[in-house]
Amino acid sequence: MSAVSFDERSPIYLQIAGRLRDDIVSGRLADDEQVMSTNQYAAHHRINPATVARAFQELVDEDLLYKRRGVGMFVTPGAGDRERTRRRGRFFDEVLAPVLDQAERLSIPPGDLIAAIRSRHTSKGKQ
Amino acid sequence: MSPSIPLVEPAAGTSSETHAIELRNLAVHFGETVAIDELTTTILSGTIVGLLGRNGAGKTTLLRTLAAYLRPSGGSVRIGGEDPYEHERLMSEVCLVRHDGDFNNDLSVADTIAIAEAFRPRWDPVTLERLLEKFHLTPSRQKVGALSLGQRAALAVSIGIATGAPVTMFDEPHLGLDAPSRYAFYDEMLDAYLATPRTIIVSTHLIDEMAALFEDIIIIDHGALLLHEPAEALRSRGVELTGPVASVDTITAGLSVLSSRTLGPTKSSVVFGHCASDLRARAEPAGVEVGPIPLQDLFVALTSQEPAR
Repeated sequence: MSAVSFDERSPIYLQIAGRLRDDIVSGRLADDEQVMSTNQYAAHHRINPATVARAFQELVDEDLLYKRRGVGMFVTPGAGDRERTRRRGRFFDEVLAPVLDQAERLSIPPGDLIAAIRSRHTSKGKQ
Repeated sequence: MSPSIPLVEPAAGTSSETHAIELRNLAVHFGETVAIDELTTTILSGTIVGLLGRNGAGKTTLLRTLAAYLRPSGGSVRIGGEDPYEHERLMSEVCLVRHDGDFNNDLSVADTIAIAEAFRPRWDPVTLERLLEKFHLTPSRQKVGALSLGQRAALAVSIGIATGAPVTMFDEPHLGLDAPSRYAFYDEMLDAYLATPRTIIVSTHLIDEMAALFEDIIIIDHGALLLHEPAEALRSRGVELTGPVASVDTITAGLSVLSSRTLGPTKSSVVFGHCASDLRARAEPAGVEVGPIPLQDLFVALTSQEPAR
């Protein structure tokens, strides 16, 4: 079995594309690094190759991957930076806003949130 | 992700392109019993298709008709434009594997394999050998009738994969195969497909286990086609709405509701075929959560209704 399986609750190609983007953002996939072929990915994760191909094509369309004919697919130089910039743009609306809503429902004062951010920042800085 | 492994795309333009399956108003009756009722659909060449349906829905009858074991009572079956019934060449290109193998119990394992090989022009002996080894089988003089249920099932799927038949169908291959054997079967089926794409149809109840392997899903119910669509499309078609009873009722009014459960003041309804983001826009202001549901649950919701008679 594959180490991380995909769930049957949403289109698998979106889950694959999401994981590839995560790997590009984290730097696990570096600029100009070759990614697995669709067939290798399909066999490794036991997924229909058409599903995998659709995910890879989506990243090609977003210019995060590029194809070299007969060789394979590679990470577009600067893809990590661009994807990080894009995610920063959405971070406040899509990630932070629901957290702040939740904090409000739990009556957590803003001061506590700021303190939590500061202490995390400090402890990370010490590492 | 592992880098620097060369990309190998599936070979395009294989023989499978000529084996589209077209069913037009297909009907199969057994006396008064309607097993398949006015079924119309097209299965494209080179796709892996999951055939789902409850017990008695007509899955086996449909597969047996495609394999030309049964003659349609009405309508037509065309494979690559030709009627497979009593069509010798097509018969060698269409393979149906039952979980028990449909074997002649008096033949040896070796002879059973030899007969399959003689009948299948695209037979792949290398694949068969690897599969037999994987399943701890040997092409021996042992009678097929003496094999255990698991060994028979393993021999059956091994032969099915090794036929290289442009249309290969597996009828409930999970029966008789334990979990490690099933995963070995999935891996081998996918590897064979990646090497040479062909049409593969698998009927199964193990939706969670197999769904990721399917490009298309066909669901039949009471002999009729309930749906045939890409698995990926199906994964996004069902959502569950959960919230106050009145709010859920308001939002789902006029929608296709497959099932509902009520617990005190809270109601959960599964709706099918509506745009999730539209629903979310209407649901969230009313305090109703919109959640995805797994394919297996969607299947249950789609097929659990009693027949309208």
